[in-house]
Amino acid sequence: MKQESQNIQGWLLLAPAAILLVAFTHYPTIATFFDSLFTNSSIIRPSRFSGFESYRDLADDPVFWKALINNLWLALGTIPTSIGLAILMALIVNKAIPGRGLLRMAYFTPTMLPMIAVANIWLFFYAPEIGLLDKALAVFGIGSTNWLGDPDTVLPAIIVMTIWKEAGFFMIFYLAGLQTISPELEEAAKLEGSSRWNYFWRIQFPLLLPTTLFVLINAFLNSFKLVDHLFVLTKGGPDNASNLLLYYIYETAFSFLDTSYASALTMVLLILLAVTALAQFYFVDKRAHYR
Amino acid sequence: MKAIKKLFIGMTAALSISMMSSAVVAETELTMYYPVAVGGSLTKTVDKIVDGFMAENPDIKVNAIYAGNYNDTRVKALAAMKSGKPAQLSVMFSIDLYELMELDAVVPFDDVVSTDEEKAWLKSFYPSLMENGVTNDKTWGIPFQRSTIVMYYNKDAFRAAGLDPETPPATWEELVAAGKKLTKDDGSQWGLMIPSTGYPYWMFGALAMQNGETLMNGAGDTTHFDKPGVVDALSFWKDLGSKHKIMPEGMIEWGTLRQNFLEGRTAMMWHSTGNLTTVKKNAKFDFGVAMLPAGKRRGTPTGGGNFYIFKDTKPEERTAALKLIKYMTSAETSAEWSVATGYMGISPASYETDQLKNYIAEFPPAAVARDQLEFATAELSTFQAGRVRKALDDGLQAALIGTKTPEEAMSEAQATANRTLKAYR
Repeated sequence: MKQESQNIQGWLLLAPAAILLVAFTHYPTIATFFDSLFTNSSIIRPSRFSGFESYRDLADDPVFWKALINNLWLALGTIPTSIGLAILMALIVNKAIPGRGLLRMAYFTPTMLPMIAVANIWLFFYAPEIGLLDKALAVFGIGSTNWLGDPDTVLPAIIVMTIWKEAGFFMIFYLAGLQTISPELEEAAKLEGSSRWNYFWRIQFPLLLPTTLFVLINAFLNSFKLVDHLFVLTKGGPDNASNLLLYYIYETAFSFLDTSYASALTMVLLILLAVTALAQFYFVDKRAHYR
Repeated sequence: MKAIKKLFIGMTAALSISMMSSAVVAETELTMYYPVAVGGSLTKTVDKIVDGFMAENPDIKVNAIYAGNYNDTRVKALAAMKSGKPAQLSVMFSIDLYELMELDAVVPFDDVVSTDEEKAWLKSFYPSLMENGVTNDKTWGIPFQRSTIVMYYNKDAFRAAGLDPETPPATWEELVAAGKKLTKDDGSQWGLMIPSTGYPYWMFGALAMQNGETLMNGAGDTTHFDKPGVVDALSFWKDLGSKHKIMPEGMIEWGTLRQNFLEGRTAMMWHSTGNLTTVKKNAKFDFGVAMLPAGKRRGTPTGGGNFYIFKDTKPEERTAALKLIKYMTSAETSAEWSVATGYMGISPASYETDQLKNYIAEFPPAAVARDQLEFATAELSTFQAGRVRKALDDGLQAALIGTKTPEEAMSEAQATANRTLKAYR
């Protein structure tokens, strides 16, 4: 009897989280999978079971592959740099320097701004001839570049903007991580005559590994999740040179009204993210020191 | 917790609204979504017009809901339909027609009008504005916020280059000749800019028509992207940059083009009439507005939003919706709307009103969009419009940045469109 009431109590405690997870994560995932197995319904052509046809179309879709490869480049371009910058900024503002509060705020400002607003600002940074970047380069006698209009520069341009946007956010986590490191360690290192670099590399960085794991996962997810700026900056152009997977899903679902294909794309994205997250937990977890 | 509170407030509000509406039995309630594509203050103009309608028709209550840009509006209206609490009418992109038909979402106006007067009303608009709303001999969309592409030009720059500011280029040859005079060697001023991001298919619709071609057939199931005339139009667009050097090569951004023009970086730009009021307010130089120049002929696609009536409506709601649409497209309302926004009057009668007559007398560029209608055609609109449009946009951009030749780009776009559309023929 007592056991049973404890069981019920346990389930009741779990219920809020479980209901939210089922309603907003598990059910949509399963529904999406089923949607991807059926064709779209319209009065001209009613929905029918098509199996994995959408997935076969996907394999032949050059735009999908282009978007996927762009996404991987974006991840590769943004993650290491923004993590490196975040650590550097955190180390700087962790010291007792004058104007520390202001500096912390300045680093964090890009994170607070809405992505759409940010993109509208950067649109004018990157604009050829009238843009800030081109005007600054003109001082050094460098001619006009169409940053967002050239397939070779558009992705790097977006990577730079994303790093600017993200590094401050990750800095906050590193700052918190740094402050949990006991100051005695630093004193001991100083007594032993350890160099600044040695202290960072042998003490701080390993102790920050749990933070790095967390940031790494977040950064990777963000590189697939953040597409707001594409609506303003490029709409995936020119000729898909800056198209990303999630933006392509949006287009397919809401501009092409092709639920079936959008569901298949979503499943691919979900599996990709799940596998990466698991792999990251598995590999980095082994090396991280949790206390 | 906050979300639950919000939900609770929402439910209470919904309950009280449904109680209120059951209290007034005779009232017909209409929900209408509408988009604004050129800035927020237009919502006030719409509210004012709707209030005027409700004052005249106390038995009809209208909820006019601003729903974002054209894409957002379509998504919201269709979501409302699927959720079982549909809107009765909406303003949506004129080129959404085939997709709305395929979803069985809208009724043709021919099924809603009854009297001879109403049937005559269907014919009272400019025919070229009806092209995107009529298919299979039925009228599905009534024009409301409509535009065309026009050429804005900097008269001061024309004078400085020794060109007559009152005779803007009227043909492709004149355009290239004037552009060469206006382009400065140091790159500080270009002759012309035609935007190639955002809505490249729309700009291309103009170039193709000027070369004597249309991009699709009237049934919306066949495109003509690989016709020689269409490919030539694309070659001309590309040549403006790569051969004639009067336009920057590569992409020209839709969103920043107006700023380029206002800062004098380009002496001419092709853009929507929807920019007219903003350019008028911000130009620090003398500017003019001209029809697009002619290749084999003049040409521009129309653009903008139409009224649609949804299928899932009761007969009295349809009657009320028709009344509202007639009010909002009347000559007087259309004139008021045109002056406030820069969108064009939609019927010849609207240009006969004192309000629009006086406005044009004082600001002649406001008449260019109307005068150009004579040469206008439908905007690219097919079944599976989003996908077909993207195929064309990608092809146009690939040709303009030089990764594909115009022939390759257009035959690939046509192949994609064919694959998408073959099921509809």
